[in-house]
Amino acid sequence: MRITCPICGERDRREFYYGGNAVLADRPARDAGEAAWDAYIHLRDNPAGTSRELWQHEVGCGAWMVVERDTVTHAVHGATLAPGAAR
Amino acid sequence: MAKLIALTPCAGLLPVTEGSVTLTEIEMDRMASIAPFAGKAAAVGKALKKVGLGWPAPGTSITGKGAEAAWFATGKALVIDADVPDLAGLAAVTDQTDGWAAVRIEGAGTLDVLARLLPVDLRALAEGGCVRTVVGHMQAHVTKAGPEAFRILVFRSMARTLVHELGEAMAGVAARG
Repeated sequence: MRITCPICGERDRREFYYGGNAVLADRPARDAGEAAWDAYIHLRDNPAGTSRELWQHEVGCGAWMVVERDTVTHAVHGATLAPGAAR
Repeated sequence: MAKLIALTPCAGLLPVTEGSVTLTEIEMDRMASIAPFAGKAAAVGKALKKVGLGWPAPGTSITGKGAEAAWFATGKALVIDADVPDLAGLAAVTDQTDGWAAVRIEGAGTLDVLARLLPVDLRALAEGGCVRTVVGHMQAHVTKAGPEAFRILVFRSMARTLVHELGEAMAGVAARG
């Protein structure tokens, strides 16, 4: 599996670290309420198909990115820098 | 009083030659990593320009007067053998002197050697271009230093492993003739 890092270009999967579903980058407001925080922390979809995930180019540039990939075919459709990762 | 003897990271390990490929140690007097605070990258670049360098774009390095500023990661540059200007309030400056082992690998077949260990296509890299990647399982900083010459930096504690891994790969490529 290869991921195209927005900064470094196409790189091998072993350079990356998986950081969970991309919803983790979308933190609810402090006063969003119990239901929103419960969903943010505990509830995840388990899609057969397109999935949006956070990955870090751990041994590369270190940037966090949102990678869109297919959990059925393992195809990687693309990656964009995670919110706040551009520096 | 005890007299201290300075040892380079690869002391006693290098140089090594296998076939047409040579591995030697590079000695660096001073190294510092520079990480600009949010929104201060341009100001840091300006300050580095005053010492003949600048802020390197991702995957590039800037050299001048025996010194170098190399892209090191997102929002981070490594400055080598330079007089780092006063960056108080602009960036976090961390001394890295003696923290990294630096080697130079060169000669015909170098790309074949590195292809055994690095999951990156280095053929497309321009001179002075650099990548962060792995050598085996070690994280490394690799810079193209010449037509078939590369500089590799790893943590100092990994010096012996780096020399071993590269030496094995060099011997393997040399054995194939």
